[in-house]
Amino acid sequence: MTAVVATNETILVVGGGISGMTAALEAAETGKRVVLVEKRPYLGGRVSQLYKYFPKLCFPTCGLEINQRRAKQNPNLTILTMAEVTGLAGDKGNYRATVKLSPRYVNANCTACGDCATAVTAQFDDEYNYGLGKRKGAYLPYRMAHPARYVLDPAIIGTPDAERAKAACRYDAIDLEMQEETIDFPCGAVIWATGWKPYDAAKIQPYGYDRFANVITSVEFERMADPTGPTGGKLVRPSDGKEAKQVAFIQCAGSRDRNHLLHCSRICCMASFKQCTYVIDAFGADARINVYYIDLRAIDRFEDFYQKVRANQNIKFIKSKPASITQDKDGSPVVHGVDTEGYQRFAEPHDLVVLAIGMEPAVDPASFPVPIVLNREGFIEAASANGGVFAAGGAADALDVNRAVQHATGAALRAIQVVNSVARAEV
Amino acid sequence: MGELNTAMIERYRNSFLKEVEANVEEGEWVKMCMQCGVCSGSCPLGKFWEHPPQEIFMMIRAGKREAVLQSESVWMCTSCYNCIVRCPRELPITHIMHGLAHYAKRLGLVPKTNPTAKFAQMFWDNLMVKGRVNELKLGLALYFMNGFGDGIKVALKNQKLGMAMMKTGRMNPKEAFGGHAVKDLAGFHKVLKKAQELEDARIAQNGPPAGA
Repeated sequence: MTAVVATNETILVVGGGISGMTAALEAAETGKRVVLVEKRPYLGGRVSQLYKYFPKLCFPTCGLEINQRRAKQNPNLTILTMAEVTGLAGDKGNYRATVKLSPRYVNANCTACGDCATAVTAQFDDEYNYGLGKRKGAYLPYRMAHPARYVLDPAIIGTPDAERAKAACRYDAIDLEMQEETIDFPCGAVIWATGWKPYDAAKIQPYGYDRFANVITSVEFERMADPTGPTGGKLVRPSDGKEAKQVAFIQCAGSRDRNHLLHCSRICCMASFKQCTYVIDAFGADARINVYYIDLRAIDRFEDFYQKVRANQNIKFIKSKPASITQDKDGSPVVHGVDTEGYQRFAEPHDLVVLAIGMEPAVDPASFPVPIVLNREGFIEAASANGGVFAAGGAADALDVNRAVQHATGAALRAIQVVNSVARAEV
Repeated sequence: MGELNTAMIERYRNSFLKEVEANVEEGEWVKMCMQCGVCSGSCPLGKFWEHPPQEIFMMIRAGKREAVLQSESVWMCTSCYNCIVRCPRELPITHIMHGLAHYAKRLGLVPKTNPTAKFAQMFWDNLMVKGRVNELKLGLALYFMNGFGDGIKVALKNQKLGMAMMKTGRMNPKEAFGGHAVKDLAGFHKVLKKAQELEDARIAQNGPPAGA
């Protein structure tokens, strides 16, 4: 049985992505007791799935490593992975949280040696790579996963693969008898940091994401660029594996559209400029890039990055929201539309089309454990009616990493204020 | 008609956008266009338009009154609704195009040779007589729209189709002599007269100043 030490001066953080990690660490480092609950088997969330950050083009692994070290060193922080909050009762300063823990089938003895993964045979779509690659039924979610502990896919339990994994383990780390458990504990304030999810590209019917192999999303392209990703860092066409030198980026794919997401997702312009540099880095003078946009939103220091990308002769900016995508006989996606600067019609073939997909809030009002105030875009509003529940990062707005971290620090302060008032009341 | 046009120019001296908002069906939506171009790219007849919808909206804002109201483009819309479904701001583009065409017609600015406008008039005139469209007469009128010689040519080309339609009862040659009417023809004309009065009152309210 998993035991959690908590009081109503404890802060519960829901979601272990960059925002949840930040909020949890900032609060724990002020001396508050924090329980961090993460649905996935590891921390880091979508940031761990990025190849590089904009605008400095540095690697997220660096910041994640620092945060993981902070997490390991802090005695005030309890991390629960494969865990979901299913209930929250009470009020600001006096909540009781119910958390469902899914079985990992691997205990703390695990040294991440990987013998179990070698032993098993069944393969599954790798969610870490957005299904672009496969993973085994016994797996480490990604190379830097924290906790650095393997996971057994529940689908192999009861199959010979499970026995093979258990037999291969030299540390007695595999426990096939592990069961789902539900625990509950008190907390005074809750930081809700469940982040965002990529908008379902198949819903943008004219772009044919579900029909054309060579139309992919920006998050998938990010995995493709990563040397540890499903293609080993090669930018290729999913249909035939040929190099993707002519790439189209379609901005506002699902964002700023009353048929899809109402809001501007804020990150997509810069994300596409960043991904332009991946194509240039890979193919140099052979790269041919078209960026289709309504208008470009790169503010403050991002402006310099935009100017640098814009200066590259191999990157063309076309002011047009494409109307549709078709596929030619070679499987190349053809982008159709009308250029707003001159009203010229175009039908441009590319090797690969990348949809700069919008950020949809990962907040489900139907299953939210307490009544919550959402804005019309579906993000959590900073409303006093939310009591001691404070949104952080992508659950509150479409934010880039930098702003999400700032927002999470603010949320940590809000939560600290609540548990401090609880502490004073008890003195 | 010329008078109404002069009066409108006078009234909305510097703002064609305001004129469109006040007088064109769904005209108040024009300012919501963000010039993304999805409508133009989605139009199946797009390549035949001199000015695609997105450009029409920009021209309205730029005050290009004559160019918009005299353009053939607003008559190109076939009401397929592709643009409306895809518009990220849900502009009723199809309705605005028809609204502009209708407004141009009211002002007497429709290009004289525009075939869609000509056909629309022909359809209306045909319908007015009996309260029902006389397809035989409308079809023949359409054949001879561009002159007698051309009409004979088109008629001969479609001879087989015409015969087949007669055989299956889809077309009745007797319709050439008068043709059948709605049950209450006088009532039908009364309804239209009332509608015209209401429309005139609406125009007087929105449109030219009294006495113009």
